[in-house]
Amino acid sequence: MDLILQFCMNGLMLGMMYALVAVGFTLFFGVLDVIVFSHGDTVMIGSFAGLAMYWWLGSYYPELAVFWMTLWVLLAAVAVVALLGMLTADAMIVPLRKGPPLNTLLATMMLGTVLRESIRLFFPDGSNPQTFPGLLPDWSWQSGNLNLRFDNIVLFCSGACIIALVHLVINRTRLGMAIRAVAQDEEAAQLMGVNFRFIVLATFALGSSVAAFAGVMNGMYYNEINFGVGLLLGAIGFSSAVIGGLGNVYGAILGGFIFAFLQTIGVVVMPFASAYKDVFAFGAVILLMAWRPTGLIAEPASKRV
Amino acid sequence: MRRMAVFFSGPAGCVFLALIILGWSNFFLRAEEQFPILVYMLLVVFLGFVANLLHLDDSFRASVAGHERLWDLCLIIVMAALIWLFREDHYNLFLLGSIMAYSIAVLGLNVQLGYAGVINFSCASFFGIGSYTAALLMTRAGIPPLPGLVAGGVVAALIGCVLLLPVLRTSGHYAALVTMAFALLLRVFLDVSEWFGGPQGITVQPMSLFGLDFSRNIVFGETELSFYLKYDAAFLLLLCLAFSLVRRVERSWIGLALDAVRSDETASACFGVNIMRWKITAFTLGNFLSGTAGAMYAMMLAYISPANFTFADSLLFLSILLLGGIGNIRGVLLATVFVVLIPEKFQVIQEYRYLIYSALVLLMIVFRPMGLLPRRPRVYSGGRA
Repeated sequence: MDLILQFCMNGLMLGMMYALVAVGFTLFFGVLDVIVFSHGDTVMIGSFAGLAMYWWLGSYYPELAVFWMTLWVLLAAVAVVALLGMLTADAMIVPLRKGPPLNTLLATMMLGTVLRESIRLFFPDGSNPQTFPGLLPDWSWQSGNLNLRFDNIVLFCSGACIIALVHLVINRTRLGMAIRAVAQDEEAAQLMGVNFRFIVLATFALGSSVAAFAGVMNGMYYNEINFGVGLLLGAIGFSSAVIGGLGNVYGAILGGFIFAFLQTIGVVVMPFASAYKDVFAFGAVILLMAWRPTGLIAEPASKRV
Repeated sequence: MRRMAVFFSGPAGCVFLALIILGWSNFFLRAEEQFPILVYMLLVVFLGFVANLLHLDDSFRASVAGHERLWDLCLIIVMAALIWLFREDHYNLFLLGSIMAYSIAVLGLNVQLGYAGVINFSCASFFGIGSYTAALLMTRAGIPPLPGLVAGGVVAALIGCVLLLPVLRTSGHYAALVTMAFALLLRVFLDVSEWFGGPQGITVQPMSLFGLDFSRNIVFGETELSFYLKYDAAFLLLLCLAFSLVRRVERSWIGLALDAVRSDETASACFGVNIMRWKITAFTLGNFLSGTAGAMYAMMLAYISPANFTFADSLLFLSILLLGGIGNIRGVLLATVFVVLIPEKFQVIQEYRYLIYSALVLLMIVFRPMGLLPRRPRVYSGGRA
């Protein structure tokens, strides 16, 4: 029982991380109808930006309280990544929209490689895994096989808060209304006086900030970050967004948790072969796609000829 | 000036171009210092510029388009000549072999993406499936190399059939995800599976044909020729077969149907084109080509590991296709040469090669989305498609 609870905890934690990444994918798809595959590497950039900030603070303000330290690390990650996201959108994705969608996908994959390689080559000692500071107190509560860590609970709750915040922004603010309008019909939204470019930039800033948070969360959870993590995270985020149904924020969150659930199931059911968990999860994704070709919460698919 | 343009748009253009390619490749492959290599690379740009200035590029294009058989023959002779020129040089022969292996795989990808428009982000996986099939059949089941080679292609095509259902039911980004998930799945699977050799990989037995062992150097009295010579000859044969197969498909009514499916599914369905059938054909044929190339490549490498067939390699194949111009098989061959050769020879950029080269593809997609040599639209009259 304890063991199952422990697996549930780990699965929920992973699910929250994947959901945060997937929300970005689905937001961008909603507004621009493109897949921004470099989003996974954006997450990785976020954690490296946080780490750089931590190093800088550590050498100049070593007496800073942990709370402020965490805040600054988060701020640095969000600022860098939001800027990067807006730059990507403005310089690359909007100009590419006229071409075939495959080109955008390939271009963003290449951008992902550029980001990954830049970190590997130009970040100090970037080709090796870096230790990420825990920052939060390492209190934990042990009962049998169940080990509840305080920092994990904080991370999970703040992840949930972020998702709630995104939900509020999209459903309750003028900005959110404009985002939804552009997603529904770009031209009509522009006729109603929505500033398209501004909305695109705002969406990318929003999605990327969420990704930055996921990056810092990833670093604090594993206490280690690696330049190559972006590719797998991107694939997982993309899969989650697609399982849920592209363009639907709740679908993306659901998809993130489903993917984490699949991975956890892979470990629980086949403890002898836990290395196969990604094989199992991606296999399940392929099967799910064969069953529901446009995701669980399907995007309305009518085609005008 | 006019006379020169006319002269080069005849058969002379093909021969002249082939000679230039032969000469350049010879000197480029022989160069070992970084500076001459850079000079040779700049020379290509310079020559292109001069040809453009003299308006000769159009005449060369006309020459190639008007004398296809001659041009194909010239290219085969150039390749054979290069192989012969480097007959004692292991490294350069290996490079030539790799170029040809990659070309065959990209030809397969071209059938899928360039003709039928079926997205495949797991080309390197099918290449790898071919390699592993040949390796396992030969080491574990003792099957001779030639059936192993064919089995590599067949198994790749069969495993592709498993993916068919999700690939056909989905479209656009969803199909991209299915193949991507497959690429990641296969990589992880090969990495963790003990039976497939794990991350260390497995050794592959060499090709041998009619008692001729491909892994031994050829000895004629005093001179000793590299054993890669045999592999290169086999690759050249395979490449010719694959090229003519793909070209035949493109020129036939099958190619027409594939083009119809790619450009507008709804419209072609209305005109009675069976979309499923053509997508299945293209996907399977492409995987067969990639798998066969992979099987042969594995025998040449003599040792394979999962690190050879990552998602990044699939992206490499796709980028070659995109650089060459989707659907233009000659452009694809040219792009393979550059993508394989330049990082190998220009060692200064070795460390930065992924960075430089993904940045290049990125710029390419933004500024010249149709590739270096875009495919010409079909011409329906005059008997030439």
